[in-house]
Amino acid sequence: MNAQPSMVSDPALPYVRLEAVSKKFGEFLAVDEVSLEIRRGEIFCLLGGSGSGKTTLLRMLAGFETPSAGRIYIDGEDMSAVPPYERPVNMMFQSYALFPHMTVEKNVAFGLEQERLGRPEVRRRVAEILEIVQMSAYTGRRPHQLSGGQRQRVALARALAKRPKLLLLDEPLAALDRKLRERTQFELLNIQERLGVTFIVVTHDQEEAMTLSSRMGVMESGRIAQVGTPAEIYEAPVNRFVADFIGSVNLMEGRVAARGERDLTIRCEPFGCTVRTTRCVECAPGDTVWAAIRPEKIALASEGSPLEASGDNRVRGKVREVAYMGDVSICLVEIDSGKTVRVTLPNRTGLAAQRDLRHASVTLSWDAESLVILTR
Amino acid sequence: MEQREGQKITPRRFPGRQFVAGIPALWLTVFFVIPFLVVLKISFSEARLAIPPYAPLISWLHGLPVPQIHLSGYAYLFTDPLYLRSYLYSIMVAAVSTLFCLLIGYPMAYAIARAGDAWRTFLLMLIVLPFWTSFLLRVYAWIGLLQNDGLINNVLLLLGLIHHPITLLQTDFSLYVGIVYSYLPFMILPLYANLEKHDPAFLEAAADLGARPLTAFLRVTLPQSLPGIAAGSLLVFIPVVGEYVIPTLLGRTDQIMIGRMLSDEFFDNRDWPVASGVAVLILLLLVIPIVLLQRVERRQLEAES
Repeated sequence: MNAQPSMVSDPALPYVRLEAVSKKFGEFLAVDEVSLEIRRGEIFCLLGGSGSGKTTLLRMLAGFETPSAGRIYIDGEDMSAVPPYERPVNMMFQSYALFPHMTVEKNVAFGLEQERLGRPEVRRRVAEILEIVQMSAYTGRRPHQLSGGQRQRVALARALAKRPKLLLLDEPLAALDRKLRERTQFELLNIQERLGVTFIVVTHDQEEAMTLSSRMGVMESGRIAQVGTPAEIYEAPVNRFVADFIGSVNLMEGRVAARGERDLTIRCEPFGCTVRTTRCVECAPGDTVWAAIRPEKIALASEGSPLEASGDNRVRGKVREVAYMGDVSICLVEIDSGKTVRVTLPNRTGLAAQRDLRHASVTLSWDAESLVILTR
Repeated sequence: MEQREGQKITPRRFPGRQFVAGIPALWLTVFFVIPFLVVLKISFSEARLAIPPYAPLISWLHGLPVPQIHLSGYAYLFTDPLYLRSYLYSIMVAAVSTLFCLLIGYPMAYAIARAGDAWRTFLLMLIVLPFWTSFLLRVYAWIGLLQNDGLINNVLLLLGLIHHPITLLQTDFSLYVGIVYSYLPFMILPLYANLEKHDPAFLEAAADLGARPLTAFLRVTLPQSLPGIAAGSLLVFIPVVGEYVIPTLLGRTDQIMIGRMLSDEFFDNRDWPVASGVAVLILLLLVIPIVLLQRVERRQLEAES
């Protein structure tokens, strides 16, 4: 099964375009002037906490909510006046919303029957899509006779049966347990690639967003805080919210001390040291900024090791807590200023070689290019 | 005496559970099974001008019991077409009333289930409100509305739409008005209870898959509300078959329903065996829909678990 190449639309143009879309529920502004472009064939994740407006945005794309302002274009066509049942879009619901009184086969056939396709054609396409999601053995079952993972597959099959160009997925993996979720993530990627469908996925789970998406948008109280690839968002967050929301981060307030040609020097009281970064941002000496450093980018050296020296990007401290996570250990280090810094250390050695770091005096250091300076 | 380990572990059943389950069983035995057996007994005896007005089922001859079973009551019911017509008329009235209750009640139940929280409570109260007035009083009120010099005829005359009063009372029309009016809440409440549970996501999913609102209703909402339709329909149908008050006050005089027939046999003809036979046959007639109702309820319980 291949997605048919569209005759009319230019593949270079964005497939979905939102222009200053807002949605108000009474006085509450759920979505605040969101503009966004989503390209054909990509998996775009909308990531945000509850109440960030991500689901409202998705529901506006499906046509269940009407924007209070702004326009939504799908494949170049203005969707403002198009009801949900005429949109070239299908949605996979968070609750799956499988019809309880219909069998798996009937559920998947529902959308095709609305297109008035012949019965053999419907049967053929239902069988085809159930094959893809590996549910061919369960055609006669009712939803309540299926496990959570099986329901998820049927919901996916039902949403894909009409061969939509754009599939909206609302927390597609939230109801699955951890192991199943990981496996299903890769299956979703596989199916997406195979069918060439554009996916827009809403999720609150940053790990899910990181693995699934080709690009993602981080949402904060109705606005899109940042759009980018997972790596861009992780490595170069634009503000403290994004830095803190994706992964964990050590954030310390400071003042710009000097601005060089290729670097910035920041006097950072909470770190108790001067930090230097090669990542320049728009700022002037004296401005308040935040230094952000990811826990895994900090090196930890025990007392007496050659790394121990004073200087920039270097602080002393005492390890307070060590949490063994298997692949990594998370250390909470109380630095001389009294603040706590989180450091992630890979567990490279076996059991015998592991050091007990608890209560050890250590020096933390990091590269000038790992440190991100945030002005917001 | 020592108890074995295994016996200790088995949880003792809470004795109150049997007691609680026993109350409805006892209630049914005392107020349904025993009276029904009495009625069944009378139906197999013979009418007599005495107190009680029927012959005992067992007579004693030389100290031995001799059963005196008469089928004359039943024979009478099956030979006189009056009874058969009355049964058929009752079933037809019950069926048509149920249909009207469904047609009027479904949209009302649907609207209430979809109304906002504040409205919903208010609307439900409006449905239940008539029960605060005497049922008899409300049926009498319809006489005032429907009679020849009643409100409806007077208004129509005043507006010049008619020139002579039209006969509304003691027709099939007035009978259906009275029954549908009285039994509508019994249709609405179970339907509401069903529709209120529907997840709005089902309708969104249907729309998302290309179904227009009407198709979505017919293929998603309606099939899922079938248990509610069945419950409401039976709650209307079953009592209407035996309805006595409304047909007596509002109904036709040339065709009586089976409830009226029963009362006439008991009180006017004092033929208790025939009256009991009528009662037994009504029950047999209603066993079918009652069994249906139970099956629907059981299936719904299974589906929900």
